[in-house]
Amino acid sequence: MNSLVPLFVIVPLGSAFLMVIFGRLIKHLSKILVTMMLLFLLYLTFYFLYNVTEPQIYEVGGHAARNGVPIAIYLVIDGFSKLLLLIISLIGFLSALYALSYTRQYTAEPKFYILFSLLIAGMNGLVISGDIFNIFVFLEISSIAAYALVAFGIEREQLEASFKYQVLGGVASLIILLSIGFIYWQTGTLNMADISAQVAGTGVFFKFVAVLLITGFGLKAAIFPFHSWLPDAHSSAPSPISAMLSGVVIKAIGIYVILRLFFNMFAINYEISMTITVLGALSMIIGSLLAIGQWDIKRMLAYSSISQIGYVILGVGIGMLVLVRGGDIKIAALAITGGLFHLINHAVFKGLLFLGAGAVEYRTGTRDMRKLGGLNEVMPVTASSSLIASLSISGVPPFNGFFSKLIIIIAAVQAKYYFLALLAVIVSIITIGYFMKLQKYTFFNKNVNFPKIREVPFSMAFSQILLAVLCLGLSLLVIPDVQKIFLKPAVDALINSTAYARVILGY
Amino acid sequence: MIVYILCFLLFLIGLYGVVVKRNLIKIIISLAIMEYSVNLFLIMVGYISAGQAPIINEEVSRTGPFVDPLPQAMILTAIVIGLATTSLLLAIAIRLYGKYGTFDIRKINHLKG
Amino acid sequence: MQGMTIIVKKITQIMAPVIFLFGLYVIVHGHLSPGGGFAGGVILAAAFILQILSFGSILPSLRREEVWLELLESTAVMGFLVISGLGLLLASFRIFFLNFINRGTVGQLLSGGIIPLENIVVGAEVCAAITTIFIALTVYQDEVTQ
Repeated sequence: MNSLVPLFVIVPLGSAFLMVIFGRLIKHLSKILVTMMLLFLLYLTFYFLYNVTEPQIYEVGGHAARNGVPIAIYLVIDGFSKLLLLIISLIGFLSALYALSYTRQYTAEPKFYILFSLLIAGMNGLVISGDIFNIFVFLEISSIAAYALVAFGIEREQLEASFKYQVLGGVASLIILLSIGFIYWQTGTLNMADISAQVAGTGVFFKFVAVLLITGFGLKAAIFPFHSWLPDAHSSAPSPISAMLSGVVIKAIGIYVILRLFFNMFAINYEISMTITVLGALSMIIGSLLAIGQWDIKRMLAYSSISQIGYVILGVGIGMLVLVRGGDIKIAALAITGGLFHLINHAVFKGLLFLGAGAVEYRTGTRDMRKLGGLNEVMPVTASSSLIASLSISGVPPFNGFFSKLIIIIAAVQAKYYFLALLAVIVSIITIGYFMKLQKYTFFNKNVNFPKIREVPFSMAFSQILLAVLCLGLSLLVIPDVQKIFLKPAVDALINSTAYARVILGY
Repeated sequence: MIVYILCFLLFLIGLYGVVVKRNLIKIIISLAIMEYSVNLFLIMVGYISAGQAPIINEEVSRTGPFVDPLPQAMILTAIVIGLATTSLLLAIAIRLYGKYGTFDIRKINHLKG
Repeated sequence: MQGMTIIVKKITQIMAPVIFLFGLYVIVHGHLSPGGGFAGGVILAAAFILQILSFGSILPSLRREEVWLELLESTAVMGFLVISGLGLLLASFRIFFLNFINRGTVGQLLSGGIIPLENIVVGAEVCAAITTIFIALTVYQDEVTQ
């Protein structure tokens, strides 16, 4: 047992409540504390990435398993959790850095950082939790923080978007709780490893539960038929929060749980893999088609998130299909690598794009592309970093987005899903189209309305530059030696789907 | 079996309210109904007929089987979470009323789509 | 917020201390009988809310109360984290939520290790949180209607 494991939850929770207690006494305490906290989490994540190779299992309260039945709450850090922890603390740190200047427009600044810390605590807890009910609890902690943060500006559209988000999120949570009840009814346990040891995953009952789970977490992840809340919530939120929501939250509380449950808890079967792949492909197409017609920058980016999440699910779904058909395990590994690689990449470039949109809104006060134009002369840092992110998301060669899309397409071709490969290429072309529109109308056209604005403050510009560097730097992940540290443990954790239960139950 | 079906019916009634009703407060009440039905379901999962309360004490004679206490603990947690979500929803509904002067979602349509 | 009639006020005066005491009883017996921190905290909050409802209150004093309650709530949560984190820091096992105090005999009031202590901080937290929610909603409503 590694005693550092629970720190991933304790540190953000503790700093959130310290901010409440001492926030009135010490000025800027919340800003200092949130930065320190996220730096510490980032350090802890890198410690686990480099030094700890075995999956770490932590029994809260020290209750050991009796007769092979786990009774404690389990915290588990394996390769897949580490990948998500890295994304959460990395994007969280850069968003917080950006927020240091951005939140000056709000009157209740400390409250922003309190909610931000709770959001981080919820997601960290969800990612390392080893039993399904704690996943629900941490899911709700991060969701409630996210609902409140979307409504943080208490303007009309923010309140409305937050209400919509809360109603759909609430329905999703209840469906998830219902399916947890069904699972407990049938297996008598909540521990995911224990459940997977008891479930063959073939009965009609578990198919029903699987459908409920896909609905619930699909609503949280905004996969295609459940996406209607996402454009409102993600475009109305304060920009650092948009970056967190689009870059991290929908992955941690949606995609992560879906993959964890359907790889490690249920046995993979054909129907579920097909459903996930089809939903991924559909959200990929429909998100991109809806994005073309938008004139609001952040709304376009939000629709684009639906489309890019589709890529992630498509990649992993192809891997699942190959695995379930008994195909070559190397092709499955390639497809899953592509999907997870795109998951990191999307967190970075979508975060950067939302921060850029926030910078534009911070200086000009509008998000309407028709009113903007020519900003690359007055805001060079924002314009160039946003251009890098746009090139990256559309899949232009030296940047990271190209490589992850290429891997997904190669895997689809190797697995003989030619149609899906073609769709991925077509959606990539559409993506180039609408990001050209964004760049042209926002940064290139003639600057008519805002000739006298300045570049954004230092902390906002600095975090944009760091993310832009990351966009280029993450391309290094195609090199196998680098992949070995970051991606391979995660892919292995998913491919050897029974290893998870075996390690935890110890046989 | 009939109790489970009735419980599921309660869930569907709540879902109907969330989908159909046009008043913010009624939507919140419908969400609460859904939540209660799920809580009821979880409690029933742990119930054994003629089971005793799961308290270890000298006064309780430990002859029969205990009712499963784990779903009860889960429900307590779920109730706390439900409290947080409902109060946040109500706070936002009051703020929305302050901005628009109405609880009708047909008139609260600043966002398109 | 307006107060209510003399009948309500008088009955509240008699009932509120009893409700408060019952809440305390439920909290400290949380490890022996059904109830515990959350249920007891809700009963405590009910005593406060009853008084606010029947005697009425003005906006500035409600806002002042809210500040103190927020502070109490966060302090209680920190207390919970500290009690459960002590097992991580002090004991040689380094386990979060370790029950490091002697557990005593089953059925005694002083038993259960850290569980009664955590029930007490949870009770304080829930009481403060629910009263805060009530006051915040009241303040919002007053702001909206004015």
